[in-house]
Parts: sequence; C-alpha cells; structure tokens
Amino acid sequence: MHELSITQSMLDLVLEQAKNAGAKEVGKINLVLGEMTGVVDRAVQFYFDFLSKGTAAEGAALSFKVIPTTARCRSCAKDFKLGEFDWTCPHCQGNNIEIVGGKELFVESIEVE
Amino acid sequence: MEIKVVKDIMGANDQIAQKNRQLFDSNQVFVVNVMASPGAGKTSLILETIKRLKGKVKVGVVEGDISSSLDAEAIGKEGVPVVQINTGGECHLDANMTSTALGSLPLGDIELLLIENVGNLVCPAEFKLGEDMRILISSTPEGDDKPFKYPLMFHEADAVLINKIDLLPYLKFDVDAFSKAIKGINQKVKVFPISCTTGEGVDRWVDWLLGQVGG
Repeated sequence: MHELSITQSMLDLVLEQAKNAGAKEVGKINLVLGEMTGVVDRAVQFYFDFLSKGTAAEGAALSFKVIPTTARCRSCAKDFKLGEFDWTCPHCQGNNIEIVGGKELFVESIEVE
Repeated sequence: MEIKVVKDIMGANDQIAQKNRQLFDSNQVFVVNVMASPGAGKTSLILETIKRLKGKVKVGVVEGDISSSLDAEAIGKEGVPVVQINTGGECHLDANMTSTALGSLPLGDIELLLIENVGNLVCPAEFKLGEDMRILISSTPEGDDKPFKYPLMFHEADAVLINKIDLLPYLKFDVDAFSKAIKGINQKVKVFPISCTTGEGVDRWVDWLLGQVGG
C-alpha cells in the first residue's frame, strides 16, 4: 500500500519538472521500477488516476519499465537472477552475492506539450 | 517534447530524512529504525532493551502504528519519553511523520532513539526516516523463508534479530540456513538469535547496540 505515497511523490516530481519546462500538459510519464521495491504498477496506475485529477498530468499515460532483481556473484563476478528459494550462484555455487539491479524507483522522462 | 528527468521518486522523503538526521546529529542522538512484521516482537524487544539500558543510556521511543496507543502506554510505564504516531492507514512511517513527532520529544535529553515502525515487511524499507541504523526482527513462527520473500528488507538491515527462539523445538526453522541466506546478500549484517520471553540472547544484542551508540 506504499504505492499511495510513492505515487504522490512521483506526481509532485512530474508536475515540478513540467512547470519548470513551461509545459501545459503532461502526455506520458516513463517510470523505472525495480522488482525488489515491491511497488506494483497496477496500484500506481490506480492511485495516479485519482491523484492527478485536475492537475496538468491528468490523463497522462504511465509507462513502466520493470527491472528484475539481479545479483552478481562476488566469487565469479557473473550476474544471475535471484532465485525464489535459493540465493546461491548458479555458476559457481558461491553464496557471497551483491544486488546490482531491482532497487530502482525513478522517473526516467516525461513527454509534455 | 520529451524531458529527461532521471530523478528518484523517493527524493522528497529523502530530503526530509536528511533534515531529521541533521537534527539528530546536532543533539547527539543515535537513531534506530525498528522494522518487522506485525507480532514479531518489536515492542517486546524495545521494552527488553530499555530495561537493560537503564542507568547506561538515556532512551526515547517513537511508536508508529496505524491506530491505537497501546504500545506507547506500555513503553511509557518504563519511564522513558515516548511519542505515538498514528499513521491513519498508512502502512509505514515516513520522514515527514517522524519530523512532526520529534517536536514532542526532549531530544537534548535522549542519547538513543528507538523508532518502532509500522508492522510490515515491504513498505517501510523504501522510506528513510533519518536513522543511523536499521534493524529487522524476524520471529521463528513466521518461517525461515522470509528473506526470500522480502529481500529488500533483509538487504537493507544492519542487524537481524531472530526472535522467539524459545519456540524452536516446536518449529521447522533452520537458524543456520536463515543466517547464511541473509549474510549472502548483506555482508554487513549482524544476526542475533534472541527470545524476549526467556531473555536468551538479549544481552548480547544490547551489548552490541551499546557499542554502536558509543561509537
């Protein structure tokens, strides 16, 4: 349910950027969401439709680029997708792992008029 | 027209968290964000920690709950300053709620502030409050698969406390496998098996915490 406050922050950021650019209307918002953040795109869309009413971003399309949780083995330096019940490296069976993707939560760009 | 933004959505929260941090630093308050699922033992751990720190460190507590002030009342009985935040439905504390609560605490007279977050293993991980340290309590009846289900929380924690180890004889919970999984993705993490009911392991945690506050 953190999507409510996250969507509000996202909308504030988008409206500020649009205002700075002198834009009247926001047509599209390109978002990057890491899988590890647990932010659900459908929930963001739901809150966005409600929160953006009466703002310059009302009716804007949301595009979500979802980044999978990616791990890098500190032993063999290979990347792999973090398993659901197993966090050992599939290449060398090491278990000293660094998270290199999946924590993203940012606005990449907006399309304005 | 396309405008490149590339800005973190949590930026507004992070800025307020930074201000909280400055306020804590100027008052020399060490701040711990206590996170766990509902019923894992956050309030019990805070109570046990306060009891062991009496006369050693001046403790204050922020209690975050969706509603009710039951926990704040229990902690108030220990004679430490406590402020309740009712989030009114929000599933986590954020930097702004924390900032508002700080006005009700005598920060100059607190050396260690324990902030009990809302019981939840997902949402609190995203919201910095201005803390020095994040701890996560995971209790044995919840199962030893929790790191795999909530990786971000376990990845971000400075310490993980495995609570309710007195129940281990009745449960299938592999403490070694659990600890190994967490340490694999989080090299800095300290793991403390404890029981707030019997007191086992709690002194070891409190000694370590004291070292952190002092350092």
